[in-house]
Amino acid sequence: MARQSGTGTSATRRLGILVILMLAGLALCGLWFSAEDVVQGSTVRIMYIHVPSIWTAYIAFGLTAVCSAVYLSGKNRSLAWDRFAGAAGEIGVLFVAVSLVTGSMWGRLTWGTYWVWDARLTSTAFLFITYVGYLAVRQLGGTHRQRARRSSVLALLAILEIPLVHFSVTLWRSLHQEASVANPNAKVALDGLMLFSLFLGLVAFTLLFVWLVLHRQRAMMLEDAFSDRGLDLAITARRNEAGA
Amino acid sequence: MDTVIELSGVVAVLGQFPALAGVDLTVQRGEIVLLQGPNGAGKTSLLRVCAGLMPIERGTGHVLGIDLATNREAIRSRVGLLGHTNGLYLDLTVMQNLQFWASTVAATASEVSTAMATMRIDGRLAGVKASQLSAGQRRRCALASLIVRRAEIWLLDEPHAGLDAAGRDELDALLRSAVGSGATVVLASHERDRALGLATRTVTIDGGGAA
Amino acid sequence: MSSTAIKKRGIAIAVARKDLTIEWNSRILVNQVAPFAAIVMVLFAFALDNDGILQRVAPGLVWLATLFSMLVVIQRSFTVESADGALDALRVAGVDMGAIFVGKAIALMVQLFVLELLLVATAVVLYGVEMTMAGFCEAIVTLVVATVGLGSVGTLYGGLAAGARGRETLLPLLLLPVVAPVLIGATRATEAAFGSGGTTVSEGWPWIGLLLVFAVLFCAVGTVAFGPLVDE
Repeated sequence: MARQSGTGTSATRRLGILVILMLAGLALCGLWFSAEDVVQGSTVRIMYIHVPSIWTAYIAFGLTAVCSAVYLSGKNRSLAWDRFAGAAGEIGVLFVAVSLVTGSMWGRLTWGTYWVWDARLTSTAFLFITYVGYLAVRQLGGTHRQRARRSSVLALLAILEIPLVHFSVTLWRSLHQEASVANPNAKVALDGLMLFSLFLGLVAFTLLFVWLVLHRQRAMMLEDAFSDRGLDLAITARRNEAGA
Repeated sequence: MDTVIELSGVVAVLGQFPALAGVDLTVQRGEIVLLQGPNGAGKTSLLRVCAGLMPIERGTGHVLGIDLATNREAIRSRVGLLGHTNGLYLDLTVMQNLQFWASTVAATASEVSTAMATMRIDGRLAGVKASQLSAGQRRRCALASLIVRRAEIWLLDEPHAGLDAAGRDELDALLRSAVGSGATVVLASHERDRALGLATRTVTIDGGGAA
Repeated sequence: MSSTAIKKRGIAIAVARKDLTIEWNSRILVNQVAPFAAIVMVLFAFALDNDGILQRVAPGLVWLATLFSMLVVIQRSFTVESADGALDALRVAGVDMGAIFVGKAIALMVQLFVLELLLVATAVVLYGVEMTMAGFCEAIVTLVVATVGLGSVGTLYGGLAAGARGRETLLPLLLLPVVAPVLIGATRATEAAFGSGGTTVSEGWPWIGLLLVFAVLFCAVGTVAFGPLVDE
């Protein structure tokens, strides 16, 4: 048997090193080289992780939906699609959490308050809770196929529901608040290096996401294989019991 | 003869527990097969697999020629399963329960009243809420709703449980007449002597395996 | 093809009638849920004891109380199915899951509608809400459209939570984020109908449009998605 350590391959290891280098570069550019914003001062630097993390979360939830749809529509219903959906969902929840936390830190520094009932904030919070629910359903137990079917239907429901929630929250705010709190990007006049840092952040976080999904997906595959192995042992035990 | 149930090496899982660890079973049309085995042997799971209710993880199985792995939903409308539960709505009366079941399978009112008379739950009992019935009376209701369903295969899990002596005789007569009109019966029962008198064949399952 | 459609409609009607008969026989809604909803309205008054506030926020309170009561009604709707294995029996009988969804959703809608009427009446009596004739009509339309949305989405997620035995706590987590559009839309429409905070009746109609989109979407999706979510 080939020696297998962890869930990595040489490709993911290279990807991992690339991600580390890019994140280090992002830290240098974001915290050191790039200039302070004229209006916001140093608080603008939060943007370099805030924007990439919500970007990544959208990619993640999109991937969850696509994989769920492929799982449900596929003829052979490969569980690999379900595992990709689940891995992306977990990491998406993580990145939404990061963007909510960094966002409220930025809000505290800029607006003097952690939370405002801005449409974008509110619907992001709903996004977070919706996928926490999705993860809870994945944990319900049963066989792998039961888990896959339930959670993929739920993921597709979530994709339907999110635009509706976003739309209604936007409608709700627009009616009650004349000057909506502007999104951070609009206020900031981005110079070249700031733009580069932001772009670097987007690429680095996307690659980080890919790296995390690959590993998490393999870990899930091992978990499934482990419980299948447990099932094999249990079947053998039952047969022996019957024979005895 | 006409094979109605054909299972080979079937594994079925409850959570992560192998309720069936490789079962073979063949049943011909017109048989009354008694499943024997200790508690936890997998009799209930086997009946649920045959009803298309429980998915099979490994092995192959056909019921009425329908593949259990790919199309088990199609089996359901053609078999009748009496499980440990009776499938009654406790806040409905006996009559309301049976009328509801009849409407889901498009049975006529006369079929309902015949079934109720057969299981002797007509008359005064018809207007009593299911929650106020005794265990045996509930069992009679469940059997009556099974009659209404005109199943090709009757899968019965402990059908004698809770019935009085007269009820057991009536059940046996009912099953014999069902078989006489082309149905097949698979039952699990701990009423050994009675079930042996009824069955045309006995199958022992143990530890989820064998048969 | 059309005969199966007729059959499905028959099953849906039978299921709805069955659920409503169960309610008629047991009177859970009348004897337990409605008093619960009413006491919630009274407790809101204790918590928000300030002149004028209650009248202004009455629409939101009506819909919050509806949502909380709805959770109880949905749990009940699926407890009767699982108490003696009736849903299993329906499944073995090969009864179409989409038809069961429609039937249970209709029964839930009827019960919710009665509950909402009661809550609106409570708001009128306890919070001093006054309505014009046009406002009253708008309130009724809002109730109907919002109820169709709530009933369908509630049945869909209720079935999922019921399939997961012993995890009833899951229902609020899954359902409450989804019904946010209904809470927003129905509250604004009801505000317009009540004239709370100087709103006019005509401001309510766009919100009813939102409720309508929600209702149509989840009625359609629920019919398709209910089976896979509930089945083993």
